Order: sequence, then C-alpha cells, then structure tokens
Amino acid sequence: MPRRSWIGIARSGLALVVALMAAAVVATPPAAAELVLYSSRHYPKEPAFEAFTKKTGITLKVFHASDAELFERLKAEGDRTPADVLITVDAGNLWNAARAGYLAPVDSAELARNIPAHLRDPQGRWFALAVRARTIMYNTTRVKPEELSTYAALGDSKWKGRLCLRSSAHIYNQSLLATMIKRYGEPRTEAIVHGWVANQPIIINGDAKILEAIAAGQCDVGVTNTYYLGRALAKDPSLPVRPFWPDQAGPGVHVNVSGAGVIIHSKHRAEAVKFLEFLSTPEAQAVWAEASFEYPANPQVAPEPLLAKWGTFKMDDINVAAAGEFQAAATKLADRAGYR
Amino acid sequence: MTALATAGIVSLPILTIVWSLTQPAWAVWAHLWQTQLPELLLNTLGLVGGVALGVLVLGTTLAWLVVTCEFPGRRVFEWALVLPLALPAYVIGFVFLGVFEYSGPVQTALRGGLGPGARLPDLRAGWGVVLMMTLVYYPYVYTLARAALAEQAPEFLESARALGRSRTAVLFAVTLPLVRPALAAGTVLACMESLADFGTVATFSVRTLTEAIYRVWHGMFDRAAATQLASILLAVAGGLLVLERLSRGRARFTHARRLARPPVRLRLHGLRALGATLLCAGTLGLAFALPVGQLVLWAIQSAGRGGVPDEFGQALSQTLALAGTAAVVVVAVAILLAYARRLQPTRLVAAATRVAGLGYALPGAVVAVGVLLPLAWLDRALATGLELLTGVPPGLLLTGSVTGVLFAYLVRFLAVGGQSIEASLARIPRGLDEAARSLGARGGRTLRAIHLPLAHRGLLAAVMLVFVDVMKELPATLLLRPFGVETLAVLIWRRTAESLWVEAALPALALVLAGLGPVAVAMRLAGADARPLDSRPEPPT
Repeated sequence: MPRRSWIGIARSGLALVVALMAAAVVATPPAAAELVLYSSRHYPKEPAFEAFTKKTGITLKVFHASDAELFERLKAEGDRTPADVLITVDAGNLWNAARAGYLAPVDSAELARNIPAHLRDPQGRWFALAVRARTIMYNTTRVKPEELSTYAALGDSKWKGRLCLRSSAHIYNQSLLATMIKRYGEPRTEAIVHGWVANQPIIINGDAKILEAIAAGQCDVGVTNTYYLGRALAKDPSLPVRPFWPDQAGPGVHVNVSGAGVIIHSKHRAEAVKFLEFLSTPEAQAVWAEASFEYPANPQVAPEPLLAKWGTFKMDDINVAAAGEFQAAATKLADRAGYR
Repeated sequence: MTALATAGIVSLPILTIVWSLTQPAWAVWAHLWQTQLPELLLNTLGLVGGVALGVLVLGTTLAWLVVTCEFPGRRVFEWALVLPLALPAYVIGFVFLGVFEYSGPVQTALRGGLGPGARLPDLRAGWGVVLMMTLVYYPYVYTLARAALAEQAPEFLESARALGRSRTAVLFAVTLPLVRPALAAGTVLACMESLADFGTVATFSVRTLTEAIYRVWHGMFDRAAATQLASILLAVAGGLLVLERLSRGRARFTHARRLARPPVRLRLHGLRALGATLLCAGTLGLAFALPVGQLVLWAIQSAGRGGVPDEFGQALSQTLALAGTAAVVVVAVAILLAYARRLQPTRLVAAATRVAGLGYALPGAVVAVGVLLPLAWLDRALATGLELLTGVPPGLLLTGSVTGVLFAYLVRFLAVGGQSIEASLARIPRGLDEAARSLGARGGRTLRAIHLPLAHRGLLAAVMLVFVDVMKELPATLLLRPFGVETLAVLIWRRTAESLWVEAALPALALVLAGLGPVAVAMRLAGADARPLDSRPEPPT
C-alpha cells in the first residue's frame, strides 16, 4: 500500500477520535428536565419508568453496569457525577452504597407510607421498590411438598445428589446467608451450609438454569428467586416446577429487594425524590410487578395473577439491610464451608 | 524516548497493581490461603496448561494439513478455519451449555431414546472450559503457524527427505523447529486470553484466580485486595512471556531469500484424505457452525416474540465506531513500540515494551479500574481548573468521554497488535535497515519508506485482530464507556445477566457477523504476508 494512504488512514482515525470526544463532552452536562440513573437492573424494558416520563415529562437516561463497577464510577466522579439516582437489585448493594456515602437521606412521607419499614433504610437513604422472594423450588412430579420444611432441611441426607444451588459467589446467595447470620449467628449458619455441601449440590450459575434443571429432572429441589419461575411459567405453563414457602413456622421466607436511592451529589434532588415517590405509588407498583414478576413492595398492591396462585406466605421481616451488614462474613463463611 | 514514555504510560495501570502490593490486605490473603488459594492456583494453571496444549495441537495440526497437504475442501478450510475467532468465549460458552446440558435438547433426546439413565458428562467443569477456549482461541496458533509454514522453503524438507529421513522425522526435526516462534506466539496469546477470562469460567462455575478477584471485589467490596490478587495473574503472564522468549532462544528467523518455487502439497488419498477433511470440518462444525446455528435459531425465536429492540441499530454502529477507533490507536502505538525494539534493542526498551503488553492477561475490569483511578484524578483537576477559568462547571472530560475506554483498550490489547506486527517486521531482512541507514535515512524515514510498505499486510491484520477483540470486550467497556454508548457486548451482558439467553442471541449474532469480515480479511492478509518476498520483485536495495 502506498505511503500516502497510510497517513490518510491515520488522519481519519485521529479525526474520528476528536469527533467522538467532542460529542461526548458536549453531551455530558444533562438538561434540566432529565434524570440520570445508574442502574444494575438490566431488564430490556422498564414500563414503570416510561409511565413516569409520560406523567411528568422528565426524561430518564439510564447507564447500565454491575454494582461494584457503578460504585467505582461514583467514587471516581465524586461531586461531579452526572448521576441522580442509583437503582439496583439486592439490599446488599444498597447497603454498601449507603455506607460508602453515595446516597443522600430522603425524608418523604409518601415513601414512608408506601414502603414497609423493614424494606427501607432506617436513615432513608434507600427504599425497596419491589420484593423478590428467594425460596425453595421443587419438581412437582418427583417431590411432594410435605417432604420440604426449611432452608436448613435441604441439608437432610435424603436430598443427596438431588439439590441444585447457584454459586455462593452470587450476591443473591450471599444475601441469603447474610440474613441467616443475622438471625442465627455464624456457627449455626455454617452448620446449615455444611449440610447443603454434604449433599453434593450441583452448582449451576443462573436461577433460570436451575429451574430448567429441576424441570428436566437433573435435580429435584433448588433455591431460586420466584420471578424467574414467573417468567418461565409465562412462557410454558406446563413446567413441572412450583415454589415451596419454607420456615413458615419460623422466621419466614427470605426476601430481597430491588431498590433505589438518590445520589448525594445529584443536582436534581427534587425530581429524583419525585421519581422514587412515583415508583412507590400503587399505580407504578402494579405496572412494575406485572412487567417483572417481582412482588410489589407496596403492600396495598396485589401481586401479578400468576404469582397470586402460589398463595400468600410469611416473609422474613428482618430489615433487609442485614444482607449488606453481613455480606463479607457470608462470603467468607461460604468459602470455609466449601460452598463453591 | 517517545517509545519509552509511551510504554510507561501504557504500563501505568499495570504498575498500580504492583504498587497495591505495598499495602497488603493480610486478612484477605490469609482467608484465601486457608480456604482456596492452592485450589485456585491449580485450577488456573490447569486451565492455562490445558488451553495451551489444546490450541497448540489443534492449531498446528490444522495449519500443517492445509499448508502441506491436499485434500477435499482444503481451499475452503484454509480461510474458514479462522472464523471461530469472531466468537467471544462467553457466547460459545452459553450456547454449548444451552445445547449440551442436562436439560438441553441433546441430552433430552438421549434420555428419550435410551431411557432416563442416559447422560453425557457435565460440561460445567474444568475440561468444559478448556474445550470452549480451545475452540475459540486455536485460530491464534493456526493463523501464525500457517503463515510460518507457508514461507518455509521446500528445499529444507527435500534435503532432509533425500538424506533418508521419514516424513514424520522431517516434521519433528525440521518443520516444527522452524515454526516454533510462531507457535509460541500464538499459544501465549491464547493463554493470556484464558487467564483474563471471567465470563466463561463464571458461566461454567469453575473457580480460577480471575473468578476469585471478582468474588473478593463484588462479594467483599474490597477492591484493594482484588487488585492485589491480580498481581498473581501478572506473574503468571510474565512467566509465559519468559517461556516464549526462551523457546526462541538465540535463533533469528528472518528470511532474506526468495523461495525458488511454490511448495508442493502432498496429495492425500482414501482414508487419510477423509480423516483430514473430517478433522477440519469437525472443528469448524463445533467451533462455528453449531454455535452460530443455535444463535440464529434463538434470534429468530426472540425476534418473533419481541421484535428487534430499538437500541439495537445504534449499538451496532457505536460498536463499530469504537472498535475501529481503538484498532487504529492500538496499532499505531504497537508500531511505535515494535519499531523502537527493532532500532534500539537495549534491555530497557525491551523490558519496558514487554511490560506494556502484560495488560492482555489481566481481567478487563482490573485494567479498567487501573485506568479509572489516574484518569479520574486528572479529570477532577482539569474540571476544577476549567471552572476557575470560565466559571462554568464542565462535565468530566476524560472519564466522561471515549478517552478512558480507548486508553483501557490500549492497555488491554497492545499485545495483540504487537505480536502480529512484530511477526511481520521480523520477516523483513535487517540488511534493508542497514542499507537505509548507510544511505542516510533516519528511523522515521526508514519506517515510512521501507518497513510500512513491506509489512503493511501484517499491520492491517493487526488492525483487524484488535478490532475484533475490542468488539468482544466487555468489562472495561462496561465501566468506562461514555454516557449513552451501548456496545453489542453490553447488550448481550445485560440479557445474560438476567438469564435471558434467547434474548441475548440477536446481539450475539450481530457481534459474530460483524467480526467475520475483519477476521477473514486479517486471515487473507496474514496469509499473503507470508510470501511478500517471493511473489513480488525484491525491493531495490
């Protein structure tokens, strides 16, 4: 190739870089009627967000990444962050964001009225917007519900080789263990995990995959979040998998949340609070629950009809912040117990 | 000097990792040592060793077959065998699980035919990951080995044969030793890719060092300790590079002479021909046809259900723009460094440029944080300064723009560009440099007038390879991309993170298809580069 075209390529490359940089710089300061969300919820569609824009005219720009990365970004950006609201799944993440000082306390009567106390930060830095139950799932043709009782009883030797679990590296399980640590203390929790590990669980990364494995008979019981089953049943109503509500005589089903908080350096705090308040209203909660198969955080709102068929259950009313408080302890406990 | 300074800047994120060791997080190290560190090390070395062996055997065998033998389909296989490079390992991973796991169609059919006890071994194990990575990374060895084999003078082989050696003996005594540097270079690339991988090992529930880095970071929110763990990866990668150097030894492998005539291929017949065809077809079937076929099926299914998402077209164009820009930047820097190494082969220059290439073995997220920290500091200083000057608070100039993510790509993929450029520069006889110098040309002029024209195919191949790698890159893109930029890899991740495998197929398919063109072009160019001196008149010296 002649020399000139090489220089040409280099020049146009350089021009492209400059153009992209210029575009990004110009685009950075957000307009007034716009909120910037940092989100680790990755649903292709969020109808509740669309409803907010429709109602208020405030547009939403969402930046998706996973939590640890979002936190690094917030930390690096400091008081110059463009972010207004952090939306994430798992109370552990919300707790960590609050502890690192990324979230501002919000004093809102509406949020306090709509969201039960155990589903929000006592200091008002984050609020649950949806509830996710992490419960026992079983194959209806191979297991009778009477055979099941508690999370701990999954360590019973009758489940040897019949149990599917997600890796302990996943935050849903870290939160489950963290809540147990808060409730039972480390030694008893470690004994429970030892029981599971002794049953040589099949480790499958992905709740949806665990449900498929239970349906196909690779294992008979497992622990997953309920909305995955909601989604799977919506696609294939004949799937032979149902939830079992454990520990009903004890503390109840472990629940976690999707939630949000206002970024401390947000330049649009009033709009951001308005956004959270809107999401907690029965109107938005119904839309949200229908789209995601999560349970509404606002108790005035009924769950999606498919979920309603699974019946009501007693949920653990420990403040979900426990998930964060004991997350590191849970990670280490799982390592010690040999739970991969 | 420019080269040393550049190498220093590119090495910054790598040095931050080494620097993190000055404040060791003893508690985390002790916990890991007691619970899993030995297992993690063994798993990681097993993974790297397995992938090395896999890509070496598969890549070399295939390259040797298509270069030295003639069998049905050879012409097609010669270029098609490189196509799996367009598939990200995490994509082939989720497709294979979907097809071959217990609840997948294959095992379900098996149970239907043979009874409920019928099953295949579980892919979710170390060997499953090794298989996935061998299938997508063997093209590194294949490409480089094929180019090296193609330029081998047939006289060497014929002399050996005339002296009474068998074909097998010639293969091991003459052919393989001559292509050793190419094999080593390709294998090292594959090993570094597998060291850095998180997506595949996480999907397959295999614990490696990279997985542990994420566990410490995301599970204990202890980024400092996670960064320190990454230093082990650096050590392993450094060890690999040293091994590669040692394997080259003192030998210099430039070819100054023209080939007297094109090599004669050995025509295979009967069973041997069938075996060769089956091996090539089988590899392509597993590594390419099967995953792409499944992606097509899923993509049709999801498009039928939900249509094509709006963000899709924009993601495609943004991916292409970002990857194109990054490829040009990375290759320009790679040329600078490779050239410095050629002109001033001092220990300092060699060491600095090697360190700059280590980023390839680091998980993208670790590189991204290493980039973010210094950039963010600079950014805030800049913003404060600008605000003082103008009174208007500006946005974040570096982390808010493509600068950050481009820098991360540079750190991460410099080695990819470098390997390919070095290989093509190495084929240019040093006599030409000396002649140029004796005629009074300085470095820059020699580069423009002699080396770039002679090595341009290798350079374009490097651009293409980096382009494809950037398109597939996820963790650094995720953290550092400017607002409003969503690449295809990000779209895939957002869906697989929610277990929406079928919905991930459409962006995955687009990613593969967009990568096919560059991969095929890179392959043709790299192949053509093998014969620049015999197919054209020798440049005037």
